[in-house]
Amino acid sequence: MPAAARPAVPEAARFDWTRALKEAGLAAFVAFMLFLPLMGFRLVGAEGRLGLEYRPHWVVIGVVVVFFGHLLVSFLRAVRGVPAAPSGRAGPIARYINTHATWLAVAGVALAFALPFTPFANRYVVDVATTVLIYVMLGWGLNIVVGLAGLLDLGYVAFYAVGAYSYALFAQWFGLGFWEALPIAGVLAATFGILLGFPVLRLRGDYLAIVTLGFGEIIRIVLLNWYPVTRGPDGLSGIPRPTFFGLAFTRRPPEGEVAFHQFFDIPYSGLHRVIFLYYLILLLALLTNWFVLRIRKLPVGRAWEALREDEIASKALGINPTNTKLTAFALGAMFGGFAGSFFATRQGFISPESFTFIESATILAIVVLGGMGSQIGVVLAAAVIVILPELGREFEQFRMLLFGAAMVGIMVWRPRGLLASREPTIRLHAKGEGEPSG
Amino acid sequence: MYYFLQQLINGLTLGAMYGLIAIGYSMVYGIIGMINFAHGEIYMIGAFISIISFLLLGVLGITWVPLALLMVLILAMIFTATYGWAVERLAYRPLRGSFRLAPLISAIGMSIFLQNYVQILQGANVKPLPPVITGGYVLGTEGNFTVQISNIQIMIMLLTVVLMVIFSIIIAKTPLGRAQRACEQDLGMAALCGVNVDRTISLTFVMGAALAAVAGLMATLYYGVIDFFIGFLAGIKAFTAAVLGGIGSIPGAMLGGLLLGLVEAFWSGYFTTEYKDVAAFSILVIVLIFLPTGLLGKPEIEKV
Repeated sequence: MPAAARPAVPEAARFDWTRALKEAGLAAFVAFMLFLPLMGFRLVGAEGRLGLEYRPHWVVIGVVVVFFGHLLVSFLRAVRGVPAAPSGRAGPIARYINTHATWLAVAGVALAFALPFTPFANRYVVDVATTVLIYVMLGWGLNIVVGLAGLLDLGYVAFYAVGAYSYALFAQWFGLGFWEALPIAGVLAATFGILLGFPVLRLRGDYLAIVTLGFGEIIRIVLLNWYPVTRGPDGLSGIPRPTFFGLAFTRRPPEGEVAFHQFFDIPYSGLHRVIFLYYLILLLALLTNWFVLRIRKLPVGRAWEALREDEIASKALGINPTNTKLTAFALGAMFGGFAGSFFATRQGFISPESFTFIESATILAIVVLGGMGSQIGVVLAAAVIVILPELGREFEQFRMLLFGAAMVGIMVWRPRGLLASREPTIRLHAKGEGEPSG
Repeated sequence: MYYFLQQLINGLTLGAMYGLIAIGYSMVYGIIGMINFAHGEIYMIGAFISIISFLLLGVLGITWVPLALLMVLILAMIFTATYGWAVERLAYRPLRGSFRLAPLISAIGMSIFLQNYVQILQGANVKPLPPVITGGYVLGTEGNFTVQISNIQIMIMLLTVVLMVIFSIIIAKTPLGRAQRACEQDLGMAALCGVNVDRTISLTFVMGAALAAVAGLMATLYYGVIDFFIGFLAGIKAFTAAVLGGIGSIPGAMLGGLLLGLVEAFWSGYFTTEYKDVAAFSILVIVLIFLPTGLLGKPEIEKV
């Protein structure tokens, strides 16, 4: 008996009921002040006069939840001991994923290639998978800027928009096909990246973030108002679809051309194009990934990581910070441009509505949730963020709410992301000695 | 000339609101060196609380306008300040000493969260408020163009001046203001000298949020419509104002706000309204490149 009771006594003694109740009461009071105006009343009736709807029960429920939640948390803390400050170390699942990264990557790629031919694949599944891959590619592109170079870019969607509009406009005016326009779109987006980056990259990190946000908004406002070229809010439609080495995916190709199904002598199916688009974005995304993995090992990639860790030390070692950041910005923008072209050809219609700040925030959320710098993390985060709202309408409404909460939560509990790998690719000393403080 | 005068009045009104929001950015930046990206949402919440308070007072039968205005002002400041406090406590305080960009990312998350929180609770449609303060004075007529200053505009300017005076006294004369100035110079040293740093930072957020709530009330009265998305643009513009005036400097924030308001009013008056936001963003970029410390800011020395 005493042996069993002994550990319980100090724990019970450690848990200070009065203090916990007082703190929970305080939290409940703050919650009451927060919930009373916005939850307790609802503005109804947009036309004519506004009215109020009363919802006192919401406030009561909210306050009760906060009170007992706070009590429970302080109880758990006392029983389990105060949890260590956020260490930035990865949890067991993340550790597993990080140590088995190669195998998981190979398995993931194999699965991705096989997906359209698995029994449960239908048009809907392939469509959703394509959307996931667009976000994966955007995430990997932004990862160059945010994860590797440590520059917070809040206007990444601007480059996505540049890519999409440049393909749409080149197709409209010069009759260029997808494959001819793709490199041009990438180069144009990179040019925009350099144009923006050149003056602003000398700024401090958080200034840079706001300026990129402003730039993203400028691009969107110009697209919205430059009617003769971009057709403003009406958007551009009739964007040509991509071809498979010159073979179109139409039932009846124009005179003198051969369609995909005729060439391979198979019956026409609308699914062919969907699957083709899927493989197209899969290849583009893998290209991005391969590029990032390789460039991390080149001097410029090393310089990015060095700058991210310590700018002044890098300067002292002779790295030119402006040029180094500029390459990261331009390359990130280029992949954004590629993804934009693909988006345009897949949708067949683009308008400024697709390129709002929310889109930038979504891509940033993917990179942050995945663990800045982690390639696999981006895939997982993109899958979660795209598939969550597909599960139901209710999720759609709460999706952005959850994003916001998750971004705060990740920063508070796991500042290095779910799969922390924000570590230098190489180090001078073995791990453990001289651990850099992030 | 009269057209110019009218734009001047409009610009000063707009600038007063930007200035009040900008002070919140500037104070927080001055003390903990972070951009409180969610500050624009605090302003939006202030506007919502104002409109709800107005309706509630109407239900309670308090219809004498000056009393109703005063009560709405106080209610909006108190409840919005609670939001400001809670945001700091939940999203920023645990991050002291984390890596450089962590507070900014957390702030962006907070901003997205608050925007959708209000959208879910209050609906996405715009909320119109029937005009509370009507009337105005005609200052002059030229042909068929009349220059007028409305009572709302007079109220906005007067209230801004009064708040600025109160605020300057708080900063210059009270123990809280002294603690804030100490924290601004050196957080660690202030803590060693017995300043309660956490409490000072919390109160800074509370003050910033209260001023943003006043701006929210003004916007509600002035424009007559609000929605859950107004915080985004207003926040960025107020940040631009803070940078323009020299971030960290409170008179600078007000000055920057007024200048930005004037630029926007004249741009819309003489050029096009479509590109007025582009004008504001361009000012931000140009100021940051050529005048990174702003008009009244102190140069920042980078230390290892």
